[in-house]
Amino acid sequence: MQLALVHARYQLLEIIRIPVAVFGSAFFPAAAMIFFVVPFAGDDPVGATYATASMVTFSVMSANIFQYGVGVAEDRDQPWNPYTRTLPAGPAPRFAGRVLAGLALTYLSLIPVVVIGATLTAAQVTPAAFLLALGTVAVISVPFTLMGLAIGYSLPSKAAIVVAQVLFLPLAFGGGLLSAPGDAPGFIETIAPYLPTRGAAELMWAAAADYDVEPLAVIMLGVWVVLLAALAGWAYRRDEGRRFS
Amino acid sequence: MTLARADQASRRYGDVLALDRVDLEVQAGELVGLLGPNGAGKSTLMNLLVGLRRPSSGRVELFGRDPRDPASRRQIGVTPQETGLPGTLRVGEVVDFVSAHYPDPVPRAELLDRFGLADLVRRQTGGLSGGQRRRLAVALAFVGRPRLVLLDEPTTGLDVAARHTLWEAIRAFHEDGGTVLLSSHYLEEVEALAHRVVVIGQGRVLADDTVDAVRGIVGVRRVSLVADNLPDLPGVVRTERVDGRLHLLTTDADELVRALVTAQTPFTDLEVRPTSLEEAFLAITSGEAPGGDTASGDTPAGTGRPTTAAAGGLPTTV
Repeated sequence: MQLALVHARYQLLEIIRIPVAVFGSAFFPAAAMIFFVVPFAGDDPVGATYATASMVTFSVMSANIFQYGVGVAEDRDQPWNPYTRTLPAGPAPRFAGRVLAGLALTYLSLIPVVVIGATLTAAQVTPAAFLLALGTVAVISVPFTLMGLAIGYSLPSKAAIVVAQVLFLPLAFGGGLLSAPGDAPGFIETIAPYLPTRGAAELMWAAAADYDVEPLAVIMLGVWVVLLAALAGWAYRRDEGRRFS
Repeated sequence: MTLARADQASRRYGDVLALDRVDLEVQAGELVGLLGPNGAGKSTLMNLLVGLRRPSSGRVELFGRDPRDPASRRQIGVTPQETGLPGTLRVGEVVDFVSAHYPDPVPRAELLDRFGLADLVRRQTGGLSGGQRRRLAVALAFVGRPRLVLLDEPTTGLDVAARHTLWEAIRAFHEDGGTVLLSSHYLEEVEALAHRVVVIGQGRVLADDTVDAVRGIVGVRRVSLVADNLPDLPGVVRTERVDGRLHLLTTDADELVRALVTAQTPFTDLEVRPTSLEEAFLAITSGEAPGGDTASGDTPAGTGRPTTAAAGGLPTTV
């Protein structure tokens, strides 16, 4: 456990020394807040709360997919990574450290969204709901962390960047994150429950506001977690550093 | 006690057989040099021994256990490639990070001092010179008070002074009872440090002997000349005829030329060149190939014996 903290600390140190990297994962959701949420749903307390919760989900998704997908793939390219694998520690501390660091950065990237939601929109949340939402962030990070790890461990870094970019927008739109609950265009309402983003968003909505989750979306989220965990585990095991053939 | 062992270890990357049934044992207290040209399989063998890769077949062991088991790596030290240090971390932070993995690490100040890095604690590794980075990389192998260090090309790209500093550190560790397995493609480096040399070429162990014996093989020279017929010459490892020129690989060029002159053989255009390590290894490897080489078909009579000597591929026959 102590080693996990050591790994987390050095991962964060490395990232924080290049602050643009942190800025990157916070930028897109914050920009989406300013351009889409503030002008269109800013005055309606209920709409603004849902929209802010959606953007938080968006932020969690993009932060995790990029951080793990691209971060892990890039680390695997660095000769430092195989070296750390020769140290007398199993994969667990490094893995736990990475997840801890990832979670810390996810929370950090949420700050702009939450600040914009609180100051520029009519979004409202009770203290209890806010705490619940904080916990929910950790829960909904799980599928996207696993997705990122699956990408990062199975692809070289150049491919990982492309796959992460190709995935995150359709996941956001398809899951109905850019429209109010039940208000998305017809075909999106049809496919949304089958995407992990929707289940995650439903949980966020339920945590932040008065919302009854759709069971199908949450069940599918569970299915996604199992699938992605299997995929990430498989990718991790077959990885022996960067492959050459 | 055997600290590291490979038993018929092979490793395949796709179609390429990087390591072909390698046997190796490193005993406690030894300083073993792993010598071979680039691409011979040295790094692959190192990677198997430190648990980074699995052998495709055969076994590797550290302290009698699977190197992929973290506990078996507690008493080894490994060097990262210098280019692999995380550039944004400071020298002290990198040392602390590695130290955190060991029960009784060498104190940071003491370690940095030993490798002449004491002034650089606060510097980010990305800003170090190549030599400083290399020294830090090697220092990391010693953080955990290892019994066995595995150094993969520790001084490649260093200037002479920096190389000697590192050699001193490696020697000091060995004199304190430490065991070292070090790979290099410089004969000079292996000669300076190692007592026992394992020569690797094309994925196989070609020789495993003392430094002197191996120097006999790789200290081969190429004598080339134009002549119709040669007498029986001493120390010829291999003979080739290319475009009318005879190329003789010999362990003792002086003696060969003397014999040539004494025999009053008519020859022209004499040339004596050192062979590269690659060439020397190639001579051994192809000599070992079953059926011999086709070039021996047109060798002049009398050189049959030395060619057979090379076929053994063992230092004792040279």
